[in-house]
Amino acid sequence: MSILIDKSTKILIQGFTGKMGTFHAQEMIKYGSNVVGGVTPGKGGSKHLDLPVFNTVKEAVETTGASASILFVPPAFAADSAMEAADAGIKTCVAIVDGIPSHDMIRIKRYMRRYSRIQKMTLIGPNCAGVISPGKAMLGIMPGHIYKEGKVGIIGRSGTLGYEAAQQMKNLGIGISTSVGIGGDPINGSSFKDILEKFEEDKETDAVLMIGEIGGPQEVAAGEFAKENMKKPVIAYIAGLTAPKGRVMGHAGAIVSAYGESAVEKVELLKECGVTISKNPSVMGETVKSVIIKK
Amino acid sequence: MDIHEYQAKKILAGFGVAVPRGGIVYSPENAENKARELGGSKWVVKAQIHSGARGKAGGIIVCNSELEVAQATDKLLGKKLVTNQTGPDGKIVNRVYIEEATDIKKELYLGLVFDRSSESIMVVASTEGGMSVEEISKQKPETIIRSKIEVAVGMQQFQAREIAFGLGIEPKLISRMAEAITGCYRAFSELDATMVEVNPLVISNQEQILALDCKMSFDNNALFRRNQISELRDKTQENASEVYASDRGLNYVSLDGNIGNIINGAGLAMASMDMIKLAGGEPANFLDVGGGATPEKIVKAFKLISMDKKVKVILVNIFAGINRCDWVAEGIVQALQKIEIKVPLVIRLAGTNVEKGNKILKESKINYIEANTLEDAANKAVKALGK
Repeated sequence: MSILIDKSTKILIQGFTGKMGTFHAQEMIKYGSNVVGGVTPGKGGSKHLDLPVFNTVKEAVETTGASASILFVPPAFAADSAMEAADAGIKTCVAIVDGIPSHDMIRIKRYMRRYSRIQKMTLIGPNCAGVISPGKAMLGIMPGHIYKEGKVGIIGRSGTLGYEAAQQMKNLGIGISTSVGIGGDPINGSSFKDILEKFEEDKETDAVLMIGEIGGPQEVAAGEFAKENMKKPVIAYIAGLTAPKGRVMGHAGAIVSAYGESAVEKVELLKECGVTISKNPSVMGETVKSVIIKK
Repeated sequence: MDIHEYQAKKILAGFGVAVPRGGIVYSPENAENKARELGGSKWVVKAQIHSGARGKAGGIIVCNSELEVAQATDKLLGKKLVTNQTGPDGKIVNRVYIEEATDIKKELYLGLVFDRSSESIMVVASTEGGMSVEEISKQKPETIIRSKIEVAVGMQQFQAREIAFGLGIEPKLISRMAEAITGCYRAFSELDATMVEVNPLVISNQEQILALDCKMSFDNNALFRRNQISELRDKTQENASEVYASDRGLNYVSLDGNIGNIINGAGLAMASMDMIKLAGGEPANFLDVGGGATPEKIVKAFKLISMDKKVKVILVNIFAGINRCDWVAEGIVQALQKIEIKVPLVIRLAGTNVEKGNKILKESKINYIEANTLEDAANKAVKALGK
């Protein structure tokens, strides 16, 4: 098992015929993802990469039965595309794009409140590397070969730091059930806690590694959730020990503006929640290993 | 993106928030004329820099004659003001704002920010205006009023009224205060702001409600649809290297240490800086060349770091995914043919085709120290400092 996507998940590419959409669709297909078509308004009825192109997500879902999508549209149009996916009944939507205005992200999230919990789409990102269930499917832009199939879940904000963790784990022989990049923006589709909940329910995930960073309340909120509701062990690394207060460190959301948002404070608060801390980024794999062995 | 006080006031005035009359000047003569034009017998001369706490740094001068206004302007123009928010280098004063003085009866605090936990807009208000919000929350936390605004429907009148009553305003001024609060909210939500702070918001002896000082920041990601806001950018208020970097699509933050970094991805960059610190060094910068780490970006990054005189060692850490290490290595070799690096260089490549990448680096003529892991890279960079 895995969360969000597996081998049979039917995937649509929104922004299919563009350069990014085309390239990453090919990479996903090569990995084994079940890409069933794409959407580019105005190009409906044509074929691209031997797959059908649709004008609207609704039409694409009705014809192909797709339940997941990935957005390769410019930031100015991303909010609209995400809402279109939600309205068409897509269950998991990944937004890779960096640069969506915060006000637009809030608008998407308010829009999605009209759906019941069961009907509601899970939005992953923006500003993220996407989702991969190793050996099954990839709905993202990561290098698939560095992920070994296994039983540890990963949730992280950063793309390349997530790759670093996957590689460290692979070198130690530890595999991953699903790795989810929730992105570096201040307002994101799914939080650490949202994904932890899914991993706790997943029968084939034994432990979860959270890779957080400075800024915002999400890592600590996830730690509190784990303490109250989780049986599976949680391991965390928080990046940004040396980041000065009040400065944006690359990711729009990586800024310390209140108590509990610096790396040192987050680590302390997570420890209080019983989360095992990876002391530094070069021992993420070893820390996960020590926790799984104890279990 | 931050803007100046006078720009923020002009924006708020457009949303129905009253502000004292004033004007921007660039010379003492200019200032004297402006004071005459405004009339009255008392003026405030305010240095326009992107920082609060200007008063304590001598950036705000109260004057009682047109001559004093000219003298104060002369004193401020071209001066570097150092406040507790600017860092030790301070910020240069290129514009001065002349404003009519206000007879203050009561000073209040009003701020609007995104609340990341509830994903709504939070209004923070207090009766203790004039102090920073950090000071208020330490010294008078009981005076703080918080109100979450549901962005889908916007601020309701009752919410603005509740805040106004919470501030202990006289009943006859409530509706005017509510209008000012609503105006600030509308400016925040309609212009893609990330922060609006009016401190102090004052009630004058003439019973006017005036925004006496204000700050606004905007979402960089939304500037594409806010042309009038992006035009307000004043690059003289930003760190020169950071402007150079952002103009070239690099994410850069200048820091105080001496190990320069070139890394792909913000999270990996922060993690590498953490490793440098744990190895006993201090990073000279945060620099994210983007997940893709294209050769063009790497050339620009080397150029940027080579301009920083503090840098004694450069650490390159690239985790290549779909952009393979061999391609990244070629980019590094190309960059080093164009730019001469005089300090020790530590390079760590990881990810796709790492062996091929390292082979390309070794076979090139570049002088560098190879590292394999994050830890190894940080240790070698710190060790190279001693050489």
